[in-house]
Amino acid sequence: MDCETCGKCANLKEKDFSKCENFYTLLIYSENTPGLLSQISAIFTRRQVNIESINVCASSTPGAHKYTITCNCTEQMVQQLTKQIEKRIDVLQAHYYTDDEIFIIETSLFKLSTPVLLKNEEISKIVRKHSGRIIEVNPTYAIVEKTGRTKDIIELYNSLNETGAVLQFARSGRICTTQSTTEHLDVYLAKREAERNK
Amino acid sequence: MTKETITGAEALMRSLENEGVTTLFGYPGGSIMPVYDALYDHTRTLNHILVRHEQGAVHAAQGYARVSGRVGCAIVTSGPGATNTITGIADAMIDSTPMVVICGQVGTAMLGTDAFQEVDVVNVTSPITKWSYQIRRAEDVAWAVSRAFYIAKSGRPGPVVLDFAKNAQTGKVEFQPAKVDFIRSYDPTPQPTAESIEQAVELINKSERPLVLVGQGVELGNARDELCTFIEKINAPAGCTFLGMSALPTDHPLNVGRLGMHGNYAPNVMTNKCDLLIAVGMRFDDRVTGNLNTYAKQAKVIHLDIDPSEFNKNVKVDVAVLGDCKQTLAAITEKVGNACHKEWIEGFKPYAEMEYTKVIDKAIHPKKGPILMAEVINKVTEATNNEGVLVTDVGQNQMFGCRYFKFTKGRSVVTSGGCGTMGFGLPAAIGATFGAPERTICLFVGDGGLQMTIQELGTIMEQKAPVKIILLNNNFLGNVRQWQEMFFNHRYSFTPMMNPDYELISKAYDIPCETVVERENLDAAIQRMLSTDGPYLLQCAVLEEDNILPMTPPGANVDEMLLEIK
Repeated sequence: MDCETCGKCANLKEKDFSKCENFYTLLIYSENTPGLLSQISAIFTRRQVNIESINVCASSTPGAHKYTITCNCTEQMVQQLTKQIEKRIDVLQAHYYTDDEIFIIETSLFKLSTPVLLKNEEISKIVRKHSGRIIEVNPTYAIVEKTGRTKDIIELYNSLNETGAVLQFARSGRICTTQSTTEHLDVYLAKREAERNK
Repeated sequence: MTKETITGAEALMRSLENEGVTTLFGYPGGSIMPVYDALYDHTRTLNHILVRHEQGAVHAAQGYARVSGRVGCAIVTSGPGATNTITGIADAMIDSTPMVVICGQVGTAMLGTDAFQEVDVVNVTSPITKWSYQIRRAEDVAWAVSRAFYIAKSGRPGPVVLDFAKNAQTGKVEFQPAKVDFIRSYDPTPQPTAESIEQAVELINKSERPLVLVGQGVELGNARDELCTFIEKINAPAGCTFLGMSALPTDHPLNVGRLGMHGNYAPNVMTNKCDLLIAVGMRFDDRVTGNLNTYAKQAKVIHLDIDPSEFNKNVKVDVAVLGDCKQTLAAITEKVGNACHKEWIEGFKPYAEMEYTKVIDKAIHPKKGPILMAEVINKVTEATNNEGVLVTDVGQNQMFGCRYFKFTKGRSVVTSGGCGTMGFGLPAAIGATFGAPERTICLFVGDGGLQMTIQELGTIMEQKAPVKIILLNNNFLGNVRQWQEMFFNHRYSFTPMMNPDYELISKAYDIPCETVVERENLDAAIQRMLSTDGPYLLQCAVLEEDNILPMTPPGANVDEMLLEIK
């Protein structure tokens, strides 16, 4: 079997799946201290791994920030990246996931030319077919919002782009939640709190 | 009663005293002047050693930390003062040396304006420190200093940088001592799982040909006794990395020598014959493993380490035992059965004998020709009863020093392992004299490395620091020359070097000096050096084109060591 995402392993003389690249999502929780983002991104740079998308925001745990980072690399590499990130003093936890282990969402905005939109009725059909939502229309432009998987957003973009209506296109990085029934961060913080009180 | 209000700089002094700091290595400058002003009132408790260059301050702090087990401390100014410490910080990071570097910084109002002597030190040092933090308010001094020392010395030790903004130095604060001994995002002493211990015990009990790899983690974890008890109970031969050499006495019957590129023949060859590798507090550096694709493929691997990111980094492990090796070694020892492995241990001897005949004997007992580096080191270690501290610079002096110096006590190796920093030796040896004033500090340094930090002879002069400097002068950058000979067809591109008159230099710095050219004068000269109080420079004119052997060529298999160059 060849892996579905990498495409490189088909060219390997010996089928060595440890050299096979996959798409991974890292979920990182840290204290809200300045400078951590550059520390984390430096770990990717040093191992020559390109960050595909990144989203940083306050998490549901007070004081803790959540980073969602995606990248293409081997499993051994993502293990190393995760451990080296977790090693940074102010990082609480870091885990990595494949797409089948998480619920993923990404959002996008399309700025379309209103005159082109009015001239070509295919465009609104495309928007409806892809479950896009029109959130603003004025004489100059219309804004379409589409939330979904990366693949769905790219499909919509490709279809709309063929019509020549797209003035601007913006995509968020991915955000996700795990499918696991355990909240690793809460377990970790409870354990650490118990150790503090020892 | 109103509380006492003091400056941030004074708060730094009190915080350092609270951390038990007694020795500082430093160099003043514009942005750190309030700190130096405060220091003027604390010289009874804080012994500040004025170095001659900031690089010297960090290497001295490293040498101090390595021999004493305490946190080394350096103070420098902003901008170039801080950037001059970068090499030492990177060196301390890769060699896990506990160190706190405090550097001045421009006031917070001027940050980001390209102010005079402003460098973004936190971002520059972030990838080469355990923690790098900018103190922007006097109120944060006590907390930041306590946190810095806690991080530097706990878990796998490493360097911490405190970037101290000038307004935080002069700002006033009602001083409250702080004690940081818990950080929720940082668990320095992870508890080993019972499962990992049991799995390790099972593999050890099954093993017929175990080989223990001893790293610096054993020294850092103060687990020398636990290591001895462990290897003696299972009767396993043990090889040491260069930084782990003094974790096991050289003459211990189970010590089979040094690992790696210029280590001993037997442990390297037997790495590819053993059925179980038990790695303790080491990180499978490429200088130890050689070609990873053929490294110990026949063996199961147990890895004991306090840093989880070391597991599976270079070598895939079968059992990872996470935790402080003082604890994990004891736990494993308690559960493993006694074993003999006599035949296996005997198997090391032919290789050791072959190395002795082909390499060691010729190197330490030459009959004619110029003095050899190996014989100098062999004579010095014997003259100190193998009780001295080995400090080396980098290059052939380091490889010969590590091969031929012998150890009876712990914390006796100060060498730049991972970073390979030329110029490390002299300042590190100065630091070592303050970290272990009761011991004999023997520095082996080449003519190349000495000149990289030669200004620290001034520090030695001023402090009368009793460094025994053994200058192995071959008028070459010897290690690079050897590689040029072996791998670049004898093309000695910029490795021959014209040297100054070191006796004159030594005289200028008021350091007793002697040059030995003839073998017959060597013993007496070493005796004069060791019996002289204070510093001494012994220059040995050694064979110019000497080669350090055996050698595993870079990228070659660990068992393909060359005993001679054909």
